[in-house]
Amino acid sequence: MKKDSLIISKKKFNSRLIVGTGKYKSMTECAKAIKISGADIVTVAVRRVNITNKKKPLLMDYIDPKKITYLPNTAGCFNSDEALRTLRLAREIGGWKLVKLEVLGDKENLFPEMIETLKSTEILTKEGFKVMVYCNDDPLMAKRLENAGAAAIMPLAAPIGSGLGILNKINIQIIRNQTKLPLIIDAGLGQASDATIAMELGCDGVLVNTAIAKAKKPFEMARAFRNAVIAGRQSFLSGRIEKKIMGSASSPKKGII
Amino acid sequence: MRKKIKIKINGKINKIDDKTKLSDLVKNLKVPLKKVAIELNREIVDKKNLNKIILKVNDKIEIVHFIGGG
Repeated sequence: MKKDSLIISKKKFNSRLIVGTGKYKSMTECAKAIKISGADIVTVAVRRVNITNKKKPLLMDYIDPKKITYLPNTAGCFNSDEALRTLRLAREIGGWKLVKLEVLGDKENLFPEMIETLKSTEILTKEGFKVMVYCNDDPLMAKRLENAGAAAIMPLAAPIGSGLGILNKINIQIIRNQTKLPLIIDAGLGQASDATIAMELGCDGVLVNTAIAKAKKPFEMARAFRNAVIAGRQSFLSGRIEKKIMGSASSPKKGII
Repeated sequence: MRKKIKIKINGKINKIDDKTKLSDLVKNLKVPLKKVAIELNREIVDKKNLNKIILKVNDKIEIVHFIGGG
């Protein structure tokens, strides 16, 4: 069988599961969960260095950016200026060009502010960034992001951290049918089966943080998501049967006694 | 004794010696240079040029790195 890699901006990744590195109890727990998940890409945040407490553990000491692709994220940014500033700094840290753009519009529901997101995508793309864009599950906006040069479309399943699963499968399918760009479900997944559903809808990958980090057993959940993404992808590639209203017997009628 | 000046590092006021070089400040703070990015008054500083920058009163420095996030 041909190797089924996830390709983003011409770069190949073995795993279709991208995981966030936030909300874990410790760096050790985070690093172990990521290893179990099999993820090749992890999202990371850009924040101030603690200059008074130098003993605080550094993410890079636990997750080697040479072995796992860091995807700098603009989480916590509420306008284009903040997002651009964050990603330019991220690029300065170590030359990262593949980034996740996330511009939020509301502190309660954490929905993306799509006007600012679109604006930022255009600017970042011109500056040479490969922008994976967190967005609403709106096919029209997804199209505009694609036209603006996005490297991947990353619609939410549901609000960040909500664990509600994919709320609007039809929208995701419409987006899938209209774009050849990598389509990655980002935010709102609650359990492994949500990831399978995303993959069965034809998505190229899923991004999960809270559902793993905040599960009662994060390592087991990391494994479950790893398997769920593989299962969903295989199911999608295998071509499901048509849906029918009436039953269709599995055993032949001939030879019934 | 050298004159002291006030600057802001990551949002906090710090008193440093007048005419301190940015490279010396970063060294004193024991910042792991390869793992951070530095901004001076909202402009990203090329890490190769740290020793060419002499800090002035009210300079605002931001030193950032990667932490866990979604």
